[in-house]
This record gives sequence, C-alpha cells and structure tokens, in this order.
Amino acid sequence: MLSYIIRRLLVAIPTILILIVISYVLMFAAPGGPFNSERPLPAQVLANIEARYGLDRPYLVQMADYVWNIVARFDFGPSFQYRDQNVNSIIRQGFPVTLTYGLWAFVVSVVIGVVLGVVAAIRHNTWTDYLAVGISVGAQVLPNFVIAPILVLVFTLWLRWLPGGGWNGGAWQNVIMPVIALAASYTASIARIMRSSMIEVLNSPFIRTARAKGLPTRRIILRHALKPALVPLLSYLGPAFVGMITGSFVVDMYFSTGGIGQFFVNSALNRDYPVIMGITILMGALTILFSLVVDVLYAWIDPKIRY
Amino acid sequence: MAMVPRAAVQELEAALAAGQAVRGRSLWADARRRFMANRAALVSLAILVLIALFAIFGGLIAAWDIETVDWSALGTGAAVNGRPSFATGHYFGTDQDGRDLFARTVQGTRISLMVGIVGSLVAVVVGTLYGAVSGFVGGRTDQVLMRIVDVMMSIPFMFVLILLLVVFGRSIIMIFVGVGLISWLEMARIARGQALSIKNMEYVEAAVAIGVRPMTIILRHIVPNLAGIVTVYATLLIPNMIIIESFISFLGLGVQDPQTSLGALISRGAAQMQYGTLWMLLFPLGFLIVMLFTFFYVGDGLRDALDPKDR
Repeated sequence: MLSYIIRRLLVAIPTILILIVISYVLMFAAPGGPFNSERPLPAQVLANIEARYGLDRPYLVQMADYVWNIVARFDFGPSFQYRDQNVNSIIRQGFPVTLTYGLWAFVVSVVIGVVLGVVAAIRHNTWTDYLAVGISVGAQVLPNFVIAPILVLVFTLWLRWLPGGGWNGGAWQNVIMPVIALAASYTASIARIMRSSMIEVLNSPFIRTARAKGLPTRRIILRHALKPALVPLLSYLGPAFVGMITGSFVVDMYFSTGGIGQFFVNSALNRDYPVIMGITILMGALTILFSLVVDVLYAWIDPKIRY
Repeated sequence: MAMVPRAAVQELEAALAAGQAVRGRSLWADARRRFMANRAALVSLAILVLIALFAIFGGLIAAWDIETVDWSALGTGAAVNGRPSFATGHYFGTDQDGRDLFARTVQGTRISLMVGIVGSLVAVVVGTLYGAVSGFVGGRTDQVLMRIVDVMMSIPFMFVLILLLVVFGRSIIMIFVGVGLISWLEMARIARGQALSIKNMEYVEAAVAIGVRPMTIILRHIVPNLAGIVTVYATLLIPNMIIIESFISFLGLGVQDPQTSLGALISRGAAQMQYGTLWMLLFPLGFLIVMLFTFFYVGDGLRDALDPKDR
C-alpha cells in the first residue's frame, strides 16, 4: 500500500510541476503583454511598470522565483488587472462561493443519482426504469451551458420564482439554479453507474440466498445489495467531486455568482496572466491530489483492486 | 443456438450440390444488419445527414450573409422586423446586432461539425496508432508511452485550452489544435487494451514466426481488428468535442466576430431572452440539442452493432 502511494506521488508531483512550467512558458510565448494598449505607453512608463512587477529580470530567474513563491509561501503573485488585489486574495474571495454550491451539487447529485439508479435497477425493464434512463440520458447529453439558459427561461422568466443570477451572500434562492445546472450531468452519470452495478449485484447468488431466506425486499436492498453496489461508483466520485468543487466556468459566468470561474474567464479576456496561471495551477493541483486520494481510498475499500 | 429454418438448409444444400460458392456474412455485414434494425439510431442518422446538408449548403439558401446588418431590425425594431419570417428573408430572425440568424446558425453548425470531425480524426489516427504500438511492443516502451498519456490526462485540459486561446489568439485553428491535443488520449488507452489481447492471437504469433516486421504486423493485423471499437468510440467522441468548442465559445473565448459558433449564438441569445426575442436563443439551442442527441443515439447504435461482447 505504502509503495503504491509513493508511486502515485512520484507521478503526481512532476505532473503539477509540468503544469506550472507549461503555463509559464505559454505566458511568455504570448505575443503582446497585459500593458500593451491601443496607444503605446512611453518607454519609461512601461519600464517602470515592468520593474514594479519584476518583468525586467531574466526569464529563468522570474520562473524560478514564481515556482519558489508558490511552493514555499503559497504566493501566486500580484494581479495585473486589479491594482488592489493579488491572486491569493482573488482566490480567497472566489473560491468559497464555488465551494459552497459545488458541495451542494455534490450532495444533491449523489443522493438523487443513487436513489434514481437503485429504483431503476429494482424496477428493471418497467416504465419507471425507462423514465429514469430517459432522464439520465437527457441530463448527460446536454451540457450545463444548455441547461442553465433553459433553467433561467423557465424559473426566472416564465414562473418568476427565482432570481436569474447574483449570489446575495448565498441565499437559497440564488444557490438553487447553479446547483441544478452543475449537478445535472453528474446526477445522470451516477444514476447510470448505480443502475448497472445494482442490476449486477441483484443477480448475484448471495442476494438469491437472502431472498430464499424470506427477507423483506427493503432489507435486502438496504443491508445486502447497496454496499457492494456502491463500490464501482467510488472511482467515479473522485473526479466528479473535484469537477464540482472547482465549479464550472459556465455556472459562475452565467449566474454571476462571483465564483472563481468568473474571475478566471474575466482574466482570460483581459490577459491578466498571473490570475489565469494561479487559478490553473491551483485547480490542476487540486485535481491531481484529489484523484490520488480517491484512488488510494478505492484501493483500500475494494480488496479486489491490485495496486 | 437458434433453429435454422428447414427451407434455408435445403437451399444451402442445393447450392452446395450445384457447386456454387456460398457467400459468408462478414463482421461488417452483420453489424450493418444490426444497426439497420435499431430504429432510434437510423432516425438519428437521417437527421444528422440533414443537419450536415444544412451546414454545407445552407449558405446557398440564405438571403443574407453572416455579417450584413439589417438596420430595420435594430433596437426596438428587433422584436418586429427581426422576427423569423420568410418575407424579410430572415428565416430564423436576426440577432441583437441585426444580422441574419439563419446564415449565422448555418455557420455555427458547420464549425461545430468541423470541430467534432477533426477531433475524432485525430483520435482515430494518432490514438489508434499510439495505442496499438504501445500495446504490441509492450515492456518498457509501453510503460513510458502510457505514463505520458496518464500525465497528459491528469492535466486539467479546459484550463490549458483557454490558456492556449488567450496566448495564441482566438482562432478556429487554435481550437482544432487544442481539441487535437486531448482527443486521442482516451482512444490510445482503449486501442492499447485491445492490442494487448490481439497480440496473443495465433495469427499474430504466426506472423511473428514467419518474420513479418513489427510495424507491418501492427498495420496489417492489429489496426484492422481495432476498427470496430475505434469506430464506436470515434462517434461518441464527436459530441464531446462539439461540447468543448461550444463551451469555449459560450464563455466568449472561441472564434471571433463576425465568425460565430453555436455556443456563441446560445450565449448571446440567452443574454437577450428577457426582451421577447426568444428565437435568438431557441434556434441555435435547438440545433445543438438535436445534434448532441443524434450523435449519442448513432454512437449507441454502433456500439450495439459492433461490440463483440454483446453478441
């Protein structure tokens, strides 16, 4: 086990470093900097600005400095676009928002997905099953940037139940649509995985034995079938969890939640390189570390896995 | 084993007696028969052909081009003169800048289809070869090649794609490059898995024994046997690539005006929905939804038809 964790770490750490280097090199390859405007700045002004942000030093020194600041002090540097903010403060501001509805989306999609999958499996080949499969195909095929406008159209414009955007300190009316938009496709995948693994478990001999003993169906499902059926789901939940926590650019942008995705897209449009890089690296590192943790957990829970 | 009808047996007997060659049914003929029996897949395929024709020839029917502004459909005129109508030549209405939505939807659909096709072509060519070589050669080469795929897969791709677009400018070429970079990874894994099992087949052993060179074995014996699964996966990959492109365009990071794509049209239409000009949202949205569903059902049908596990 320990050697497996070490082996995975040996892949994870270089991957994160590669990610940092790729983003950094890309930024330097960029034609035109953040301070290029329609009207060229006087050379002295430009030189002063570059000196202020340390852009006048040799590239390699800048890069080494950048990496060192992140690794040693968790400091992603200043923002070019917002004078009074640095990348850290932007992350501190945006990440809690994304985290809030990301967590809700995770809870919602797991609960609904598992229930939907189990019900579909129990009622295998009945209209309930077909309905569940139909819903999950729809939710899976349609991306969130299709679902989000439809939600706003129905709930804001026609029914006038919910506000069409904003965060409002996380009031439930503002959270509900981002959660649905984010959770839909994950719910669908979870339901599909759950359904097929439940069908498989329900056909296995130990369930037949439980039936033969005359146990009530509810008890068979909850006590005997559910636990083994959940195992295949675990490996999917890891990436899904990261995907939801890091949120979705679309949800942040479309609902103007003030989440991290909104900062990312705005920075991308304004060439605010340190912010783009900082968020990329943070999310990349989170993704890589989480998938590591989940794989280890998975290997620990499922004795069939060889690592 | 199903019962064979007596008449068919007698027919075969007669044919054999007459010394005629009997044509066997190939894997592909079998697959085609199964696919034809799948109604959802067939209908989807027909709709897809129509959409492709729309994307290719739609520009010929359009009364307006993608960038000409119809001044009468601007401002307050949008709700009146911008409405979908045959009289004004705006079959799908106009967008909020008074440009013809029909012509723009044609172009958006074309870009979506192109991105999907380029992505899956790269996956088929690069992914299949990479995976087949990795699986067939095995050993340390396999280890290294697959570790590279692992590392590339764990990089959050959407961020890198946006970085690429920010750095090198927002153009369709850059989107193709980005999509090409990612699309082959999963395919390489699938092809490798298949190649590993094909490698141990007798015919490959025989080819090795008579001294066929490895590259020839890969191209002659392994790649053709991957064709089924590669076809299925390539079809299922197309909607994913379309979604990635539309996603980027939805965020305003895709192709630049006056060029457009379905994601950009949806985003701009969605921004206008409170002004009673819903056609701006519904036409591009409808096209995207129909495309995604039809690709899904065609891919699903192909999987049922070609996946040897489900025989």
